[in-house]
Amino acid sequence: MNQNWNRKAALLLVAAAVALSAAGCRRSEVVRPPEPPPAPPAPPERPTVSLQASQTFIQKGESVTLNWTSTNATEVTLSPGIGRVAAQGSTRVTPEASTTYSIAATGPGGTATDSVRITVGAGAPAVERTGEPSKSLEELFRENVYDAFFDYDKADIRPDAREALARTAQFLRTHPEIRVIIEGHCDERGSTEYNLALGDRRAQAAKQFLVSLGVAAERIETVSYGKERPFCFVSHEDCWQQNRRAHFVLAKP
Amino acid sequence: MFSRHIHRAVPQGLRCALAVLACGWVIAPALRSGPPVPQDWFRTGTGLGVEKARLAAADFAARGEAVHPAARLFSDVLFADLEYSGIIEMVSKSFFPLRQPSVPAELQPAEWSAPPTSAHFLVFGNLSLAGTQLVVEAWLYDVRNPQSPPALAKRYRASVNPENSAEAQARRLAHQLADEIVSLLSGGIPGIASTQIAFISNRTGSKEVWVMDYDGANQRRITNLQTIALTPRWSPDGSRIAFTCYQKSGDTISAQICMHSMETGRSVAFYRYRGTNSSPAWSPDGSKIVFMSSMHGDPELFLIDVSGSNLRRLTYSAGADTSPVWNPRTGQQIAFVSDRGGTPQLYIMAADGSSVEKITLPDMGYVVDPAWSPNGQLLAFSWQRPTGNYDIYVMDIATQQLVELTRDAGRNERPSWAPDGRHIVFESTRTGTRQIWTMLADGTQPRQLTFAGQNESPNWSPR
Repeated sequence: MNQNWNRKAALLLVAAAVALSAAGCRRSEVVRPPEPPPAPPAPPERPTVSLQASQTFIQKGESVTLNWTSTNATEVTLSPGIGRVAAQGSTRVTPEASTTYSIAATGPGGTATDSVRITVGAGAPAVERTGEPSKSLEELFRENVYDAFFDYDKADIRPDAREALARTAQFLRTHPEIRVIIEGHCDERGSTEYNLALGDRRAQAAKQFLVSLGVAAERIETVSYGKERPFCFVSHEDCWQQNRRAHFVLAKP
Repeated sequence: MFSRHIHRAVPQGLRCALAVLACGWVIAPALRSGPPVPQDWFRTGTGLGVEKARLAAADFAARGEAVHPAARLFSDVLFADLEYSGIIEMVSKSFFPLRQPSVPAELQPAEWSAPPTSAHFLVFGNLSLAGTQLVVEAWLYDVRNPQSPPALAKRYRASVNPENSAEAQARRLAHQLADEIVSLLSGGIPGIASTQIAFISNRTGSKEVWVMDYDGANQRRITNLQTIALTPRWSPDGSRIAFTCYQKSGDTISAQICMHSMETGRSVAFYRYRGTNSSPAWSPDGSKIVFMSSMHGDPELFLIDVSGSNLRRLTYSAGADTSPVWNPRTGQQIAFVSDRGGTPQLYIMAADGSSVEKITLPDMGYVVDPAWSPNGQLLAFSWQRPTGNYDIYVMDIATQQLVELTRDAGRNERPSWAPDGRHIVFESTRTGTRQIWTMLADGTQPRQLTFAGQNESPNWSPR
């Protein structure tokens, strides 16, 4: 339920960001990836695909249901480890470790992709079940902390990231016992070494933003993974956007 | 300090360079006299029109059944080394006379110098086992001047034992002989057949540092950190490899500089700093390391003595500064990548951080991975032009002439020069996976060295 809301909010924010850049009111300097070649006279409909998971955070040994729908596709592939699937459907998976499931729908009109990341916790939560079930810190963290996404080759906080970080800061302020690690990530374009630096700048930018909203700097560690630990593995802008982020991890107490 | 005309760099210069190099490419003339200037050809084309030495490599004879496999391997490795040297035209074995000598008494020079063989030089010899020693006798003759003494007459020995098979030793000795022949035929610039290449491979599941012979043989893993290892760089004496590693400290992990001793096979302690630390590069005298660190917040370049003292900050700019590389000839300049102007571009500064100059290229795009040639005159780098993929380019620093070495073959990145300045190792995705390739420094003779897993970030060893 909460996840769906997240997804909708994220979509709205992405749409807003796209509208902003399309209007050209800012970021005219942004280097965009090469445009796709011009479409033939009567272009076939571009395929669409969406992939959703019943849960995105599970404990080891638990299963999760993946649902997908696609249009205008002749071939739909779900990876890793599943392969070709019907245009719409669902399947149950039990990932051993945190996994990003990617779906690619290919048709005469091109290829569309989507992905969802399933985070697998270490084991059964050690939460004592009393009368009222209380949420574990991990669950609260998962529900209230939002990753910040970035433009290509930029470490500037975008409007959508600003909102995500503001929510995150609010949560962290009400849970002073929590320490976080911010991981800076980049897409596959550019050199390994340059992306290590860029990922560092993204993590630092997210940290500075949280500090400016009253989160103590001592509670935040940063690490850059450059392009070494991507969330999504398809060479496509949808996927690259997933990988350009400051990702929050709960530090072990 | 740099008497360059950076803004003159130009399509005009590019066309000239491409035209000159397309016409023909010859390095040093055979047995040239005077001081060696191996890269002069690249800039000025002085080698143009000079014939390459035409050399025949006879099959080395096996003295005894036991050395048959070693002799065959020796002949194959020697042939491949000489052919890939870039300065020799090898005679095809189908043009060989019927009888191949194994000692000078059997040599008939005229059979080798006459058409169709038309060799200028002939190398021949034999292999035998004397006790636990593999013995190789080798001769190099100028067959067009049969009266002159051999250009080379040498006996090599190597111990055969459980750690070193006769084949392994034959391979090593073939590389040695090839290097001596290349040195003789190129005016004293030794070959690179005995050098090695460090690289990163994920074939065991995590990115580790690996080392292989220059021709791809003997690939072996040298780290087992099971995290992420990146950007290996040989020390100038070949005794150490510095690289980027991910290290845990308490509950946090961060990129740090790691050091591996090739002599002891163990890691050597290095200093830990806050933030992300990467891309170590050795000064030519091996006494200092320049590296990227975000210890003060922004990714900047820092200099430190290898002993750990004297940490100095070299760059001050908003944005990322990384991928430093020293001018190996002078030790006085450092080239690096910075996005201070918007997108990543190449800059050169003095080794104390002063006199920063941007290298202006004919069009914008991403310019990364600088690699300074051994003679200090050329910079190789990877460049993604606005319309294309990443490709390897070489620029003459003084004239700003540019040569494109790869094109239309996947992403090509991370060039590193061989110590002879005639070869470049790089990574390419042209086969669909990321692999290590070598080529001559004019872009010809690409050769794939790795096939298993994904491989990247090659760095050529010193001699």
